[in-house]
Amino acid sequence: MRRGAFVRELLRRPQGAFGVGWLTLIVLSALISRFWTPLDPFDTDPYSAWLTPSFGHPFGTDSVGRDIFSYVFAATGTTVVVAVASGVVATVVGVGLAALGSLTARWVRESVAVLIDVLVAFPTLLIAMALAAAFGGSLTVVVVAVGVGYGVTIARVSRSEIRQVARTDYVLAARANGLGTGAVLRRHVLPNIAPVVVVQLSLSMATSVLAEAGLSFLGYGAPADTASWGRLLSDLQKFIGVHPGSVVWPGLAITLTVLALNLLGDAVRDASDPRLRSRRTGRGTPGSPSTPAPSTAPPRATAPGAAGTPTTPGVVS
Amino acid sequence: MSLVIDDLTVTVGDRRVVDGLSLDVPDGARVGLIGESGSGKSMTTLAVLGLLPDGARATGSIRLDGRELLGASERELAGLRGRVVGTVFQDPRTALDPVVTVGRQIAEPLRLHGRVGRRDARARAVAAAAEVGLPDPETVVDLYPHQLSGGQRQRVGIAMALINRPGLVLADEPTTALDVTTQAEVLALFQRLVDEQRTSLLFVTHDLAVLSRITDHAAVLSHGRVVERGPVEQLLHRPEHEVTRGLVEATRATTWRAS
Repeated sequence: MRRGAFVRELLRRPQGAFGVGWLTLIVLSALISRFWTPLDPFDTDPYSAWLTPSFGHPFGTDSVGRDIFSYVFAATGTTVVVAVASGVVATVVGVGLAALGSLTARWVRESVAVLIDVLVAFPTLLIAMALAAAFGGSLTVVVVAVGVGYGVTIARVSRSEIRQVARTDYVLAARANGLGTGAVLRRHVLPNIAPVVVVQLSLSMATSVLAEAGLSFLGYGAPADTASWGRLLSDLQKFIGVHPGSVVWPGLAITLTVLALNLLGDAVRDASDPRLRSRRTGRGTPGSPSTPAPSTAPPRATAPGAAGTPTTPGVVS
Repeated sequence: MSLVIDDLTVTVGDRRVVDGLSLDVPDGARVGLIGESGSGKSMTTLAVLGLLPDGARATGSIRLDGRELLGASERELAGLRGRVVGTVFQDPRTALDPVVTVGRQIAEPLRLHGRVGRRDARARAVAAAAEVGLPDPETVVDLYPHQLSGGQRQRVGIAMALINRPGLVLADEPTTALDVTTQAEVLALFQRLVDEQRTSLLFVTHDLAVLSRITDHAAVLSHGRVVERGPVEQLLHRPEHEVTRGLVEATRATTWRAS
């Protein structure tokens, strides 16, 4: 697929534009906060506790006088690391297990299928808490637990997808062209199941953001010297009766990030499937893909032939 | 390239779907294999390719230019598929990958067996698309299958099967899923290419009328057995076995209805 066409399709959708926009902001914040934050997020000052939002403290301060904006800003790093790492682990575990569970010799694939079903029954958050209790709370624990936990879900979904694709005529045709199992997987199976995996991947990243926040909230996640939205939420919620406004900021950050990931997943799925695209994206259609009709005038009001856009974009016959 | 099938038996579970089939496709010849659906035609082509479904077992002998294919290693077979043996499948709606561009699919056997770079592969795909009569080949190679008509997709399938100039082409009902007009065009194309490349052809179909246009000799298959064989003209005009007669009747009926 042409990369430019994909990005255009993605940004054309409101979900995609919002997802890309918000997540870009988060990733940029994460990068910048490694080197610079407005104020030191861990700098306490009892004399400036519970300041209301102002220019110097856009989100106000907390019970020990820390600047909430700086803290939320610094915590983006934790979120990004956890989400990306869990996403990678989940995809590798998921697609790997799914391929083993569908394209191998009968006894291998059936044992793997049973293994997947057993692992699906394990609740991810409880595993994370058990691991944290055993090895101490850390981001690695969150990543491993969510990555493997969600990877199994991805495996279950993609296994049935792979089996469906493996039965198609085009896979038979590919084998008749001399492709081996690995090449069939790479060239035909993965591109065809990618939309499903991408949606699952975005869900797993969203889950990992929530899981990190949840575990940190409970004290099992990020260690004390790591800024985390969940930890901040837990610090602030003790005072929710007195200072309800402060809790909003980490809560909003978590909610918007999870929402952005979910919406982006849907948008990527729609944009990556050539069959779901509204327009023909091949070369040689002058003007049609990148220039939407001017919004002021309805298309039929333009002079015939002026736009140069073919009226039947789909089928060439 | 010659194909000799000798006493081929394919069993699925305890059912014999192909039962002691013998068939010769001499070098450069075009041979038809005709039968009703379920008579074991497709299983025969799959057996030649070594791509029988799970649970199916083949015994007997299949020799390609004297080289035994039954029991050959997967690696050896994979090296033949798409290079020495080209295959055209029945339904062009499902035999092309929906998310891969037409050009990349046409060039796939080439890139796999020929160590051809991306740019060369594209140029060859464009040339192949032109050869099978696809309109505007430079543009068409960047389209996805759903943007083509059924007949065009089958042309893509043919281009893909022939791009490595195989010595043997297996055609599994390549015109069945097409409408009558398109069928005639695709058959004419097929005939021309097979002539030009002097490739041997095993053409599988249930339609005697189609067969009579493209092959000289044919074997009639019923319940996995060859019940009659001979020149297509003879099968068409002096059928001996009742299955052949049934196929002739069916052909007359459709031809009559079509005209």
